[in-house]
Amino acid sequence: MTATVEQPTAPPGARKVTARSLTETVFRAREISIAGCLVLLVLGTWAANHRFLSEQGIKDLLLNASILILLAVGQSVVVLTRNIDLSVGSVVGLSAFACGKFVSGTDRNAVLALLLGIGVGALCGLVSGLLVSFGRVPALVVTLGMLYIIQGTDYWWAHGQQINAADVPASVLDLGSGSVLGVPYLALIAVAVLAAASYYLRSYRSGRELYAIGSSPEAARLAGIPIRRRILAAYVFSGAVAGFAGALWLARFGTVVADNAHGWELTVVSAVVVGGVAITGGTGSVWGAALGALLLTTVGSVLVVLKVDSFWQSAITGALLLAAISVDRIVTLRMTSALRKRNARHVHQV
Amino acid sequence: MDQPKSAERPVLSLEDASKSFGAVRALQGVSLALFAGEAHALAGENGAGKSTLIKVLAGVHRPDAGRVLVDGEPVTFHGPSDARDAGIAVIYQEPTLFPDLTVAENIFMGRQPRRSFGRVDHRSVRDATQALIERLGVDLDPGQLCRGLSIADQQLVEIAKALSFDARVLIMDEPTAALTGAEVARLFGVVRTLREQGTAVLFISHRLEEIFALCQRVTTLRDGRLISSDPVDGLTEDDLVRRMVGRDLDELYPKQPARIGETALAVRRLTREGVFTDVSFDVRRGEIVALAGLVGAGRSEVVRAVFGVDRADAGDVHVAGNKLPAGSPTAAMAAGVALVPEDRRQQGLVMELSIERNIGLTGLDRLGRGGLVRRTLERGRAADWAVRLQLKYNRLSDPVGVLSGGNQQKVVLAKWLATEPGVLIVDEPTRGIDIGTKAEVHRLLSSLAAEGLAVLMVSSDLPEVLAMADRVLVMHEGRITAELPRALATEESVMAAATGRTAGGEKAA
Ligand SMILES: Nc1ncnc2c1ncn2[C@@H]1O[C@H](COP(=O)(O)OP(=O)(O)OP(=O)(O)O)[C@@H](O)[C@H]1O
Ligand SMILES: [Mg+2]
Repeated sequence: MTATVEQPTAPPGARKVTARSLTETVFRAREISIAGCLVLLVLGTWAANHRFLSEQGIKDLLLNASILILLAVGQSVVVLTRNIDLSVGSVVGLSAFACGKFVSGTDRNAVLALLLGIGVGALCGLVSGLLVSFGRVPALVVTLGMLYIIQGTDYWWAHGQQINAADVPASVLDLGSGSVLGVPYLALIAVAVLAAASYYLRSYRSGRELYAIGSSPEAARLAGIPIRRRILAAYVFSGAVAGFAGALWLARFGTVVADNAHGWELTVVSAVVVGGVAITGGTGSVWGAALGALLLTTVGSVLVVLKVDSFWQSAITGALLLAAISVDRIVTLRMTSALRKRNARHVHQV
Repeated sequence: MDQPKSAERPVLSLEDASKSFGAVRALQGVSLALFAGEAHALAGENGAGKSTLIKVLAGVHRPDAGRVLVDGEPVTFHGPSDARDAGIAVIYQEPTLFPDLTVAENIFMGRQPRRSFGRVDHRSVRDATQALIERLGVDLDPGQLCRGLSIADQQLVEIAKALSFDARVLIMDEPTAALTGAEVARLFGVVRTLREQGTAVLFISHRLEEIFALCQRVTTLRDGRLISSDPVDGLTEDDLVRRMVGRDLDELYPKQPARIGETALAVRRLTREGVFTDVSFDVRRGEIVALAGLVGAGRSEVVRAVFGVDRADAGDVHVAGNKLPAGSPTAAMAAGVALVPEDRRQQGLVMELSIERNIGLTGLDRLGRGGLVRRTLERGRAADWAVRLQLKYNRLSDPVGVLSGGNQQKVVLAKWLATEPGVLIVDEPTRGIDIGTKAEVHRLLSSLAAEGLAVLMVSSDLPEVLAMADRVLVMHEGRITAELPRALATEESVMAAATGRTAGGEKAA
């Protein structure tokens, strides 16, 4: 009844031009520009104060960044699925306190403390994850609730006490201050977790599925991806990493009070977003998130070195966040239209 | 032609299935049997229940009553993955892709080939995708992101995905709606081969000639009920239309004579780098001008630039003698131009809003008093257009997202027609619309033109172009290669200009 216009068959593969390089460039661009910012920031500060790049200066920077990087990795995995975990700050607090209680006054092994931290965190993540995935409560509500519940538990338990570094066994404290070839253990641990998470996200089906879920939940459902299980797993991972970070917190500072890491959840989310993981899920990498975390930490240290009022730190974090979000938005729009244009052009050449 | 081996057991069948959505009874006691090596067509008007039937077979919907049987055994699908595991591959009517992932990942998500330690073998994924793309004879890059792909390309990715399953049953819901003739031919070649190898095929299309070209059996649905299931041999198109519509169809291309008036839309030397070049034409009041050409010739891009959705790099657009500011759809709308876009789901509708709100969206000014939209007015106007376009819906307050694919298209049409424009630009006005409504849309366009509306129509449907247009502009590779008055426009002359063979038709200035 109707006929469509005939077209000579296109030679297959004729369109294999720069589609990927374009998109890849855009995403690499994010990581490169953050790295660039970092370098400028560090060099600029160094010019003003040479002590900033002394061995101790670098070490401090790395130590400060490590825990945030760990948390950013955990958070990215959740954000990739189009969810959020606001409870990480309080998980760190609880886990640090629990580990502190566990080791203080004993000579228990650091490994046991770490395992305990991971366990506590994973448990918290499990609760949030179950509520979000199977309970279908919005992530924001669940994890905000968890934030207060965990914090409350922590206060109630600590009851104004604190863990003192003097009571913490040396094996644990060594973990927080020791280093190999000048690189702190903490930094090595953070990089190891980062590399493992990145490799997992790239190379395993379930890792790719996390991206798929965040990119289009509807398509993920039709593709038969076990969405709820994956989201649950993402929360357990984020929780476990936060718990692990809590144990490392104890190792690093020795002294632990009930409201450690208070308010960190927002710094972590900022780091992740600044690092190019879209808050709407589906894109970004843990490396970017880690760079974001490093950038935010560096900004903090730089302000201290330059003796700038600490309130500026929040302002700058906020500005970076807004810049990152606007850049994301613009890049997405530009890219969509660039891809459209490119597609249109290709058809012409057919 | 292979005859279905009726003694054989169907690979997949549906028995007495019913499915309701609230008050809408989308399926009522429908049965269907798919045999190995047989291509089975499903025909019916928009909203007849075709997609619903497919979603029941695909495990997306659980039937309220009735059973699904695989190899004669009753099964319960708890989700799409169960159906997939039973060897059923489905191409849904609306492409559902992951925009942030590559074509290759989209195709193999969740079942990527693996190498040691269960790691995804990215290279095999890529190679397998390349092989599929070559098998379909299309032009896609496995490493390309799906964001920004045209609908046709999205549809091709869906097809490649379905083929990659090596499924026993291949179900396709309007896979050809956005494809070019060559792509359709290629797809049919692949599907025929699969069928000969024993795959059972279920195929939906509103283009009847495709049903006749591909299928051995056709089942017709009307209002969710099974009307008949016949062998295609010995059936005529008219028989099929009668089964679908329930009556004989009036003329498909009712073209009324219209008095051609002064120029309503004048486009001068419009250029968008790398997309189209030096496009000039006029559309006068009362005139229907068709923009023909191959898919990808730049037609949609031209009309988008005319409306101001995309900014042109050079050239200008005049409406009723006044120059439109570049790149401003608001100004175009204020000047009385309406654009019914090609990709309606993405560009034309707000899925979560109700039918009436969607129809009302474009006319907010007209309906408003001091900024408030008058609900009764909105409702009245929506109801009016719903009737004129034979919209099939439950309540006007239902979200547009639950309408059938074809009915969503009608809402977009209604939304723009309701603005009472002076210049109407329609991009593929009848794609995905059933044959009865198609005639209705044609009648509507024709009568609007007779009332003095200037119509610019992009269409890949050649008979539609030839029958409806007063003048045909043919585009090839981003340029207008011919301008043919109605009398000179024939299949040959349009095709010649569209493929760049400069035969009949004077070159446009
Ligand atoms: N999720 C849903 N919620 C409510 N109603 C629905 C839903 N899905 C479909 N319907 C209704 O069921 C009926 C049948 O829809 P279906 O999508 O099966 O039609 P179709 O035959 O595929 O039409 P088309 O040719 O336009 O694609 C329609 O009236 C539609 O509005
Ligand atoms: Mg449908």
